[in-house]
Amino acid sequence: MSDKTTAIPIRDELVNLYLNNLDLITEGSAEVLNQHRQEAIQHFKLLGLPTQKNEKYKYSRIEPIFAHNYEKYFAPKRIAFNVDDIFRCDIPELDTHLVLVLNGFFLSKAEKITTLPSGAIVGSLAEAAKQFPELVKARYNRLAENQTDGLVALNTAFAQDGVFIYIPRNVVESKPIQIINLLMSDENQLVQYRNLIVVEEGAQANVLVCDHTLSPKRFLSNVVTEIFVGNNAKLEFVKMQNEHNDSALLTHTYAHQQRDSRLTTNLLSLHGGFIRNNLSVTLAGEGADAQLYGLYLTDRTQHTDNFTFIDHAVPNCTSNELYKGILDDQATGAFNGKIMVRRNAQKTQAYQSNNNLLLTADARMSTKPQLEIYADDVKCSHGATVGQLDADALFYMRARGIAEREAKLLLMFGFVHEVVKHISIHTLRERIDDMVNKRLRGELSRCHNCPMHCC
Amino acid sequence: MVEEQDKILEEVTGSEYKYGFVTNIETETIPKGLNEDVIRMIWEKKGEPDWMLEFRLKAYRHWQTMEMPQWAHLQIPEIDYQDIIYYAAPRQKASPASLDEIDPEIKATFDKLGIPLDEQKVLSGVAVDAVMDSTSVKTTFRETLAEQGIIFCSMSEAIREHPDLVRKYLASVVPVTDNYFAALNSAVFSDGSFCYIPKGVRCPMELSTYFRINASNTGQFERTLIVADDDSYVSYLEGCTAPMRDENQLHAAVVEIVALENAEVKYSTVQNWYPGDKDGKGGIYNFVTKRGICQGKNSKISWTQVETGSAITWKYPSCILLGDNSYGEFYSVAVTNNRQQADTGTKMIHIGKNTRSRIVSKGISAGFSNNSYRGLVKVLKGAENARNFSQCDSLLLGDKCGAHTFPYLEVDNPTAIVEHEATTSKIGEDQIFYCNQRGLSTEDAVGLIINGYAKEVLNKLPMEFAVEAQKLLQISLEGSVG
Repeated sequence: MSDKTTAIPIRDELVNLYLNNLDLITEGSAEVLNQHRQEAIQHFKLLGLPTQKNEKYKYSRIEPIFAHNYEKYFAPKRIAFNVDDIFRCDIPELDTHLVLVLNGFFLSKAEKITTLPSGAIVGSLAEAAKQFPELVKARYNRLAENQTDGLVALNTAFAQDGVFIYIPRNVVESKPIQIINLLMSDENQLVQYRNLIVVEEGAQANVLVCDHTLSPKRFLSNVVTEIFVGNNAKLEFVKMQNEHNDSALLTHTYAHQQRDSRLTTNLLSLHGGFIRNNLSVTLAGEGADAQLYGLYLTDRTQHTDNFTFIDHAVPNCTSNELYKGILDDQATGAFNGKIMVRRNAQKTQAYQSNNNLLLTADARMSTKPQLEIYADDVKCSHGATVGQLDADALFYMRARGIAEREAKLLLMFGFVHEVVKHISIHTLRERIDDMVNKRLRGELSRCHNCPMHCC
Repeated sequence: MVEEQDKILEEVTGSEYKYGFVTNIETETIPKGLNEDVIRMIWEKKGEPDWMLEFRLKAYRHWQTMEMPQWAHLQIPEIDYQDIIYYAAPRQKASPASLDEIDPEIKATFDKLGIPLDEQKVLSGVAVDAVMDSTSVKTTFRETLAEQGIIFCSMSEAIREHPDLVRKYLASVVPVTDNYFAALNSAVFSDGSFCYIPKGVRCPMELSTYFRINASNTGQFERTLIVADDDSYVSYLEGCTAPMRDENQLHAAVVEIVALENAEVKYSTVQNWYPGDKDGKGGIYNFVTKRGICQGKNSKISWTQVETGSAITWKYPSCILLGDNSYGEFYSVAVTNNRQQADTGTKMIHIGKNTRSRIVSKGISAGFSNNSYRGLVKVLKGAENARNFSQCDSLLLGDKCGAHTFPYLEVDNPTAIVEHEATTSKIGEDQIFYCNQRGLSTEDAVGLIINGYAKEVLNKLPMEFAVEAQKLLQISLEGSVG
């Protein structure tokens, strides 16, 4: 009951925040973004924040994280020092097109949007909405579920900026595009931004997203990403979440795949106070293939909740999903995977697996793999396990002179490597293996690369 | 080939429901509708003690504050609870002393259903409590059982003759406020079976309840309570059928099982309520709450169900594994055809140390039906070394039906090992081809494959039931190639 009573004021507060700052929000934004706001806030007014009564949010309490006082900015706030001094991506061999987002606003030294030599367009969403309104208009807010998810509606109403990536027809962008989301502020902050990634017919790209917190303040991010993968196109989307324990990260990623397209997502939650990832993939063209991988390593009182939905809307598509997690201390985790096979989606092959290790008596995991199938000529399976390290395997190693701690680490490392190995960028894969190793050894108990030593 | 398949499917969907006849007997009913007066009327008719009235009214008052749950993967037409007759009984003597006092029509009905009430005629050692509409007609072998101290009688008798036992255990597993249908049942239940196995007794025969809906416009609300005292064993069977009618009839039962130290209870159901015609007209709504508690150490509860009937099935036989080393099992075959809908599964709640559970669920959907497995495996903090294995397979026969799996795994203890796996597929063309090649017709091949598919569950049924269940499977699905 307490959920209900607290949810109402927060909802009103957010609606009022929108109404009071309507001018600020719409002022710098292009019409293609603004035109969706009114409807979205109406949806939010109706839906409010999701409660645990909502089956999709059964294992995550959203209201308490909104109950803190957050500053909200409707224009980029100047930061007095150079971000480059504090933050440097430490994968030296990794050659990427680097894009920085600071507190939800695109950060640039020169142009806000650039056309790469290959013809790919990378830059600020706000700027793209002005320079390429037709490109943005055709795809913006086409996938987001404003009608059913209050958090998504909230984002649509407030989002002003984010990253726009456009890979034109038949362009193969061989260099990974790296988006770094930085959170840095001297006060608690709520940020809501929006990414739009379009990979046109026959094009290929690798996108790497890293989330970092750089100051010991409370941050709440509510992010929506929409991804379009055209006919024969290929996209690898790697997301690395590395934030401190006071941060909350709510992401909603929607992908739409057309004929014979390939999508690989790899979602690595290495560190973060409260993480909720929604990932929804629609296989809308025959022959499309989606590979979804996820990894979560949680300790202390961290909470990670992965919600995935794969919609096999047409025949002859394949999907494969593997999520693995290790939960230590009092950490809690949840996994919810749903595969929907529509009436005519014959010859579908869909596999889903979720494996978890609980290391302590206080860690807790809830998992809910689901199949909803309306076609008969399909091969679908799902599996889920919650358990601990294999005693036989431990014994085997100890009998060969490997110390217990080392043997456990080896087993855990092997356990999570099954997810990491699917990252195709070699240097990145090695680096992540290394980070996972450190994380498991407890050397990465504060957020990676942060000079603040806040927790 | 396609035409042939269609023909076979047609035959399957056209197959007659064998138990759809109506018995012409005088039935005593009360007016339609539900209110406190109706509940008092039922209470009076049953001649129950005062505490039962309190029990019923408490349940009714709570039910009024509840809303019908919507979470199941089912499309349920609005049910008008005021349009149901809550009590209907074949007019006969309150408790017939001998077989001769039973209405010959009723006897003939049960004979026709293959449930002879005449003890001499019973070949196998099965004691039956036959329930028609709202009341128990006859319980066989009572005397034989009583010699060993086993109490097996209708619920109404138990309330009158063993009030202390009933009061102690009734609603101890499924509280009256548990859920919408359990509350409704607690308010209006009219009969059912009661069974008590004393300490150290191994019940010498299968106990069984046969439920028959006969009167129209009525709902059937029965209540079964099984208590197995320390070191005892009982195997319990339940069967059910109903006449073919265009109206939908509601069946909301509650089954409670209590297993004390070292006790073992095996509960088997072959559910064959009238499923409605091929356009989904008529049929029984089967909304049942079944739950057992392994209260003592080393106790065991095993649920086996073969679900072939009912227009809508909504049932989750569950085990609360409270005692250390206790063991829960759930074996299920659920078949849906035509417009049938089923949302069924189980809950295994691990509380005690070293508790184990095993779930094997086999769904078969054909026609336009939807068949869902929904299960919860919950391991509480103190449940050291809990172990669960779940396997849920679905077989689709046709491209208009649906098969769904909704498992919930909630684990709060690191020593627990919880595994779930599920597959969905149709019968492979290569499998059929293999059989064809060896001289089996496609029809036989499908029958063979389905039987093999369901065998793991059917094997768990007592012999007499296994044969019936196998026949049932053949009737409803023989030869349907998807």
